[in-house]
Amino acid sequence: MRVLHAGTAEGPVQMLAEPLSFWGAYDPRTGIIIDVRHPQCGACLMGTILLMRESRGSGSAPGSLAEAIRLGTAPAAIILVEPDINLAVGAAVAHSLYGKSCPVLAVAETEFMMLLSAGRLRIFDDGTILRQ
Amino acid sequence: MTIELDEKPRAWLDGAEGKAMQLAMRLVLRAARILDADRLVPITFAHIDACFYTGRAHVDFARFMVENGGRLKVPTWTNNGVVSLDDPELRPPADDPETVNGASELMRLYQQLGCKPTWTCGPYQLPGGPSFGDHIAVGESNAVTYYNSVLGARTNKYGDYLDVACALTGLAPFAGLHTDAGRKAQLLFRCDDLPDSWKRQDIFYHLLGHHVGRIAGRGIPVITGLALTATKDDLKAVSTAVAASGGVEMWHGVGVTPEAPDLASVLGEGERHDIAAADLTRAHAELSTARDGPLDAVALGTPHFSLSEFSTLLRLLDGRKVKRGLQCYVSTSRGVRSLLAADGKLGRLESAGVQIPVDVCTYYSPKIRGLRGQVMTNAAKWAYYAPGMLGVEVAFGSLKECVESAVRGEVWRDRDLWSTA
Repeated sequence: MRVLHAGTAEGPVQMLAEPLSFWGAYDPRTGIIIDVRHPQCGACLMGTILLMRESRGSGSAPGSLAEAIRLGTAPAAIILVEPDINLAVGAAVAHSLYGKSCPVLAVAETEFMMLLSAGRLRIFDDGTILRQ
Repeated sequence: MTIELDEKPRAWLDGAEGKAMQLAMRLVLRAARILDADRLVPITFAHIDACFYTGRAHVDFARFMVENGGRLKVPTWTNNGVVSLDDPELRPPADDPETVNGASELMRLYQQLGCKPTWTCGPYQLPGGPSFGDHIAVGESNAVTYYNSVLGARTNKYGDYLDVACALTGLAPFAGLHTDAGRKAQLLFRCDDLPDSWKRQDIFYHLLGHHVGRIAGRGIPVITGLALTATKDDLKAVSTAVAASGGVEMWHGVGVTPEAPDLASVLGEGERHDIAAADLTRAHAELSTARDGPLDAVALGTPHFSLSEFSTLLRLLDGRKVKRGLQCYVSTSRGVRSLLAADGKLGRLESAGVQIPVDVCTYYSPKIRGLRGQVMTNAAKWAYYAPGMLGVEVAFGSLKECVESAVRGEVWRDRDLWSTA
């Protein structure tokens, strides 16, 4: 397990079937997936513990995530398998500018699979993940 | 992995030179840790994308850097803005005041921070940039791919904020495309068996890039069989299309790009793809959503048009004018436009009805006035993004097809385009 951006969070699990680009495919003003090609188009990510194996690369993703964190529409936390610099940087900048935290973690595939069946998760500063 | 820091970066990290440098240093180190880099590498140049407005957080970040003592350590150029500071009327604020006003505020802040206001996605077309072997930090995807592949400078794709952090510290994580091992090819594409006449057509390179990017994803492809006469504009087209349809940050062209004198020097093992005519036909179909017929607009210049592309455009226009009522946009940088003005070409283009917006890209909303309906383009990247961003129908064609269509007001097809003579 790697802590890409530390923080505490708690919320219901939202699993994404396919990678999401935080820029273009997601509207930070509402927290809703807007890419019609994404199978979960229309889903609102606000306040969720987002489980997504990897992010779809976009150089504008950090700004979009930081904007969502600023507005309070972002996921409460993001758990990945593939470590992602863009999301870590977006979360770090939002933390510095607004004091709001959205922890970003990367876990092993086996742990990721186990988390999928959880209803709610709680995340601690050191990266510990608890089922609720 | 532990990274040893020199005195200066350590002082920045400790906050001795203010909060801006501290945050910048933290971001660079965070990226280095995620990439498992064991050291940072000094860079000589940056081209930042964080000046492209995507929300208030962008403005807050830039203001934070300006107000807390941020000082750029390397020459730093800027990507397109969302608006043009030169021509505010291009995107009237009334359409979306928050975005238009936020975007111009953001651009002014990066000028205040000390960036050179190039506002272009084709910085490699301007004099004074980096050279072969330089470590640099670049954000815009086509520029990342062009600098790595065609120039042989070294950069990973640095997303928003990290690009600015690298420019402020003059440092980047030594990983990925900064390393020799990270620049080797992983897949082979052969176009050796395609007719030479196709390889003299500008459209060939857009279609090739679109096809290769689709298959290569984020890998590094090597292409054999390219014409040794391929121009910088052709290599720009490949670089842009592979980055848009895939996530390719570097490609090699054997005998054409500087790090690939022969196949053996860039490729160990890797899957092999032979490119056939059907692959190019499919790419063409994927990039076209409109049926041939009457046109509302022609949009060229993604990435920004080069001087040589403008010369070709003038030659193809051959003294004729764009059809009345049809919008013909060719986007470029203020740098290239001033060179056009200096040798008298700008006036000739404008009197032919060609509009030349600077500082912006034309597929991004809020919309440039008049870009709607059926639009023809020669750029794979424009064709890839515009239907989703602007809700237009796209007809894809060669530069010659676009120019003829602009003059006629409807899609014209070049019957000789795919002849093998």
